[in-house]
Amino acid sequence: MNTAVPSSSDGKKDAGPRQPKKGSLRPSHWPFIIPALVVVGGVIVFPWIFTLWMSVNGWQIGVEQHFVGLTNYQRLLTDARFIDSMGRTLSYTALSVIAPLFLGTLAALIFNTKLPGRGILRGIFVMPMMATPVAIALVWTMMFHPQLGILNYLLSLVGIGPQEWVFHPATVIPSLVLVETWQWTPLVMLIVLGGLASLPAEPYESASLDGASGWQKFRFITFPMIIPFLLIATMIRTIDALKSFDIIYAITQGGPGTASETINLYLYSVAFTYYDVGYGSAIAVVFFILIIALSLLLIYLRQRTSWLLGDA
Amino acid sequence: MSLAKIFRKLGLVFAVFLIVSPALLFFIWMVSLSVKFEIDNGAYPPILIPEHFAWKNYTSVFESNNFLLYFKNSIIVTGAATLFGLIVGVPAGYGIARMNAQKSAIIIMIARMTPGLSFLIPLFLIFKGLDMLGTLWPQIIIHLVVTVPIVIWIMIGYFETTPIELEEAAMIDGANRWQIFMKVAMPIAKPGIVVSFILSVIFSWNNFVFGVVLASRETRTLPVAIYNMLSFEQVSWGPLAAAALIVTLPVLILTVAAQRQIVAGLTAGAVKGG
Repeated sequence: MNTAVPSSSDGKKDAGPRQPKKGSLRPSHWPFIIPALVVVGGVIVFPWIFTLWMSVNGWQIGVEQHFVGLTNYQRLLTDARFIDSMGRTLSYTALSVIAPLFLGTLAALIFNTKLPGRGILRGIFVMPMMATPVAIALVWTMMFHPQLGILNYLLSLVGIGPQEWVFHPATVIPSLVLVETWQWTPLVMLIVLGGLASLPAEPYESASLDGASGWQKFRFITFPMIIPFLLIATMIRTIDALKSFDIIYAITQGGPGTASETINLYLYSVAFTYYDVGYGSAIAVVFFILIIALSLLLIYLRQRTSWLLGDA
Repeated sequence: MSLAKIFRKLGLVFAVFLIVSPALLFFIWMVSLSVKFEIDNGAYPPILIPEHFAWKNYTSVFESNNFLLYFKNSIIVTGAATLFGLIVGVPAGYGIARMNAQKSAIIIMIARMTPGLSFLIPLFLIFKGLDMLGTLWPQIIIHLVVTVPIVIWIMIGYFETTPIELEEAAMIDGANRWQIFMKVAMPIAKPGIVVSFILSVIFSWNNFVFGVVLASRETRTLPVAIYNMLSFEQVSWGPLAAAALIVTLPVLILTVAAQRQIVAGLTAGAVKGG
């Protein structure tokens, strides 16, 4: 990485050389920030507060709203559809973190070697995550088609019988995870590749002198040193998989039945199909807390590991 | 020894092919779907390159469905949101970097974690209350949720690394803060502006969920338009794949052409909108 931009989990550590303190000049830079403060206040902070407010109201579009306290939250506890969606979200997320993490690390190790045409190959590899998700979803839907889809044809080539993919409750989540993995493995690859690029050469030289094998070098040198990067990748992947919407909505709309209805999909239905924005806001708040909690857990893990590695 | 080296090289080439092929084959198949007649798209075993190309799939996309209008809508929404994002975000990144107020960027991080729908519900009510839903304004405004954080985040990083000595020299020469920003700091940070421009454009262009709620028939952006083609119209794969390809092609071209900037920007903050 040639740029010293703050990484999402800790701006400080990866930042470039500190500038000397400019204490006396500080106030004069306020005018640069004020327009952004207004915008961020209006489209980001205000919606947070408004969502909190709506969540303690009985609020349906077209009906007079009224304060109901924590009733919406109590309703969540007994809402089977919500609880089911929570379980689905967690399993979807777990799979959508593990698979890209494994494959992305593998890809990074391969891309970290001297290859002819590395730039263009990396460009192609990155395309799935930059392409328009809905456009991607349309093509995947065609590929998943039980009769005409290419995937069942490819399976038949290796002697596996036809699958129902996203059209059967039992296979819909793994099929969507397949798309999510295809889409987001590149991001993990880029993060880990950044980590690999920052590794020092000396340990490898001395390990080679000691006759270490390739696997031993990975296991005892590379892996411990890229753990912080793997944790960043895990955190970003966790957040994105929890929030995943476009792919699921465009391919299954939560179906068949509610077999792929994650929290985000359920939230969408409550707010924009049933127009129950009060209850929807309560779901949004709980969902948000879930995301923050999992992120904090990963940040905590990251701090612990960097402490164990002795660089904190 | 050299034979072993050749084998290693071959193994590497094979490994690279293996990891790149899911992406490559997918897009090749997408192109194939888009240039085939229905009969070829329904053939078993599947046909990769048809005998007759159905170029009319592409022309029919533009002839029907108000596609040109939706293309225009997408350009307006993405263009306005990106432009406004840069106007607001670049100075903010500069101010935050110079005031050493990086902690304030925590808001950006939390925004990154917030599900898009929790911005959408309150803003939807506001736009509805103000009777703005028939226009493009609600989408332009809500796309700022995507563009402004990306720009601020990337620009803080760039301005942190640009040398402050030049700015101090300019100040001694009597330039005011605004002149220093415009004439000294901004030109140096141009690569950062390019990166944040590219990523803003891509993530705003790709955004689906905001449009699906806020757009009416006349104000759809392209992702919403192709989604509606799938659900409401007779499903024929060729034109659908052609439409999908047209929608995502600008982004794919940008990705391959500017992959160095994109990689730098993404690994920096792992930003992603919505």
